[in-house]
Amino acid sequence: MSESSTRSSGAYGVLGAAWAVALERLAIGPVWLRKAVAYALLAGVLYWIPTYFASYQVTEYTRIMAFALAALGLNLLTGYTGQISVGHGAFMGVGAYTVAILVTDHGVSHLVAIVIASLLSFVLGVVVGLPALRIKGLYLALVTLALAAMFPQFIKRFSDITGGSSGKEVPRLRPPEGSGLVQDQWIYYLTLVVVVVVFVLVRNLVKSRVGRALIAIRDNETAAETMGVNVTAYKLGVFGVSALIAGLAGGISVLREPFVNAGLFNIDLSITLLVIVVIGGVATIFGPAIGAIIAAELPTVTQDLVAGRFPDFKVDPYRPVFFAGALILLVFAAPGGITGAFKRIGAEGRIQLIQKQMLGRARQVSSGGPDSPP
Amino acid sequence: MTTILEVSDIDAGYGPVQVLRKLSFTVDEGEVVVILGANGAGKTTTLRAVSGMIPSSGSVRFRGGEVRGRRPDQLCSLGLAHVPQGRGTVTDLTVEENLRLGAFSRKDQAEISADIASWYDTFPRLGERKDQQAGSMSGGEQQMLAIARALMSRPTLLLLDEPSLGLAPLVTKELFGRISEINRSSGTAVLVVEQNANLALGIASRGYVLETGQIISSGTAEDLRNDDAVRQAYLGH
Amino acid sequence: MSEFLQFTFIGLGKGAVYATLALALVIIYRTTGLLNFAQGEMAMFCTYFVWFGHDRGLPLPAAVLVGMFGGFLMGALIERLLVRPVSKKAMGNPLPIVIITIGLFLGLNGLAPIVFGEQAKTFPVPFGDGSVSILGASIFTRTLGTLAVLAVSVAVLWAIFQKTKFGLGLRAVASNAESSALVGVPVGRMLLIGWGMSAAFGALAGTLSVEGGLDNTLMALPLIYAFAAATLGGFDSELGAVVGGLLVGVITELLARYGTIGAYSVGQDLKLLPAFLLILLVLVFRPSGLFGKGEVKRV
Repeated sequence: MSESSTRSSGAYGVLGAAWAVALERLAIGPVWLRKAVAYALLAGVLYWIPTYFASYQVTEYTRIMAFALAALGLNLLTGYTGQISVGHGAFMGVGAYTVAILVTDHGVSHLVAIVIASLLSFVLGVVVGLPALRIKGLYLALVTLALAAMFPQFIKRFSDITGGSSGKEVPRLRPPEGSGLVQDQWIYYLTLVVVVVVFVLVRNLVKSRVGRALIAIRDNETAAETMGVNVTAYKLGVFGVSALIAGLAGGISVLREPFVNAGLFNIDLSITLLVIVVIGGVATIFGPAIGAIIAAELPTVTQDLVAGRFPDFKVDPYRPVFFAGALILLVFAAPGGITGAFKRIGAEGRIQLIQKQMLGRARQVSSGGPDSPP
Repeated sequence: MTTILEVSDIDAGYGPVQVLRKLSFTVDEGEVVVILGANGAGKTTTLRAVSGMIPSSGSVRFRGGEVRGRRPDQLCSLGLAHVPQGRGTVTDLTVEENLRLGAFSRKDQAEISADIASWYDTFPRLGERKDQQAGSMSGGEQQMLAIARALMSRPTLLLLDEPSLGLAPLVTKELFGRISEINRSSGTAVLVVEQNANLALGIASRGYVLETGQIISSGTAEDLRNDDAVRQAYLGH
Repeated sequence: MSEFLQFTFIGLGKGAVYATLALALVIIYRTTGLLNFAQGEMAMFCTYFVWFGHDRGLPLPAAVLVGMFGGFLMGALIERLLVRPVSKKAMGNPLPIVIITIGLFLGLNGLAPIVFGEQAKTFPVPFGDGSVSILGASIFTRTLGTLAVLAVSVAVLWAIFQKTKFGLGLRAVASNAESSALVGVPVGRMLLIGWGMSAAFGALAGTLSVEGGLDNTLMALPLIYAFAAATLGGFDSELGAVVGGLLVGVITELLARYGTIGAYSVGQDLKLLPAFLLILLVLVFRPSGLFGKGEVKRV
């Protein structure tokens, strides 16, 4: 493909991200109209992409969508309930491998396999969520990191089922007869439908009573408990759903790249998902999508820009350093990520925090002994 | 009488919430000054602003030099010790380690050990528990420890934040007695903020009344005790 | 029997490395209450410093000192420029710290090949290639050497923490920084030095762990084992880190060889599983670990 195509696909990606931000920020005309126009535009663009772009670019966009979906799952967990996971790559892997094994070795149809994979991921999410109830913060991050590190080893250990390091090839899901679609376009639309549906469902969930309960838990667990929120059930549920979404993303990735191997689902993947969530904005709906676009396209765009002046520049070795820098910069300069919503502490929580400071944040307030009043 | 602490026009607060407004007061060498106030009046905030725990604007002059904006550990080296609300004992360390910690800014090893020994004389209960974890002691004992620890740095001025909080009346009485003794024998000035006005005025020479971040009255301890408004609000009669 | 012993010795060798890295983790925890996910990559990077010094002609011990010194500086810089401002902003929320340390993990891992080149570097074997026979099994001299270094390190660290004013200050700051400042402890300086010391130890751990060539994957897995070691032993105990490290090393090695549940064996491929399970079980049932004293959920 020509150089200019690479450039434009990257640029469009970034433009798309910019559009999404503008949507939230610009204030022209009544809200409903703005939203209707914006969504119509978005729908149009998304629909039209496979017709305009070359096949490898369409696949790239499909890939971005899958990552956005997985990141949405992670964001639900980390952003809305504050349970940190550096292991969601493992859930993606579970989804992907389940689909791969069921389709290749047991003749299950792709879509059924994806459903099973999602359910399995849900169950696993709840199982991982159980100890997570007792382990918090940094320690939970540690456990999930260990999980992510362990997953590839699991795959290698059971290589007769999984294909181990050499991997497993999966039969493709062909486009239906008479649809006029080519393979990459077909998978693109399938992925698009799944991703849009889940995004809408999650958005509704977050805006509902459930969403409010989650935020209450995140900001002040004990208060939420006293308000009658069943904290345990919610936390487990969110872990499950979050894992389900990641597993789903992993499953549909197999449609796009019909090949799995242990190296695809390692720590780097989990870290990438975290990067996407942070860049896009924790606890927002569009955040994961924007993060995914930026994470995928910004290095390419940079490559094109720099290669103009320094033709030998290759961005690939710099990718991790790039993201590391972005992560660190974001924590300092824009804790809200690109969509500016790192709202860990809601207004209520902030007032409580100030109250705590005023009364003395004494961590060592003595517990008093026999001669203190009760 | 030399003034060792001169606080002028201090504004301080937490984030968007302003607590102290143009607060001004003084403490002279060797005297005991009390700041009375109800909950939320800003007593703790005042001490924190003086010792540098929170940022503030205005002027704090200690022993002739401007110290506003300095860090708490720097103020300690200059001779200002602060016993915070809730004691502030380091619960994971032993009693003796806490005392030793108090002398962190000092270098005279032999004297430090001598001081520790003399504190064990003054507070035998501390001596008995010297290798015990500080967190395992009673509230009263921890308060003694906190004060002894603060005094290990041989300060010129001791800030005490509600020492009576959480302690039984008898214990509090003994505590204030000790504070007065220490002030008389070592000449360390004491600035104590309290809700418990009776005991505090009992050992103080002067006092201020703090309400919503501002001083609304001041005078000698005697004056304050006889002031009707003060009596009604803080002395209960 | 001698095969069992052999695997135990291998486990000790690996465990000694895990223990040294775990010590670095413990130092950070004892001074700041934080888990440093970048510890492994910092250690790896500093090992490159050691390689650099040795490559330019320094004898290995001198090169190690260079690496440790470089590590100290790196740790101090990271504390001052990254960790402290973020801790202040974060106000108890662990997520920003996790992100920073993961960012460092990513960044250092990516930076090493850029700065030092992608090819694996030849690295001298500390304590030589030889082995000694004990009770019918052979143990490498490098294992013995590493264990010796470990023993000395623990003793030194213990002495620093328990017997010096400086160590007292470090412990006090970790327990109650605010209160420590009020009695004159320069909190910022303590944190800086704590991170520096920890990074220096990481450099030592990295040096001891190189097998074959040095490249940027050196510490990826050892980090997890080191965390398992520190969790098992107790994050606030130096002794715990050592015992934990040795136990993790031996257990994973023995389980890999002998562990079978029914028809399934753990095998060499799944060595992380015991480590992972250890972390999980200890955190759920006994969060303070074998030797730890403090409240683990402080942060």
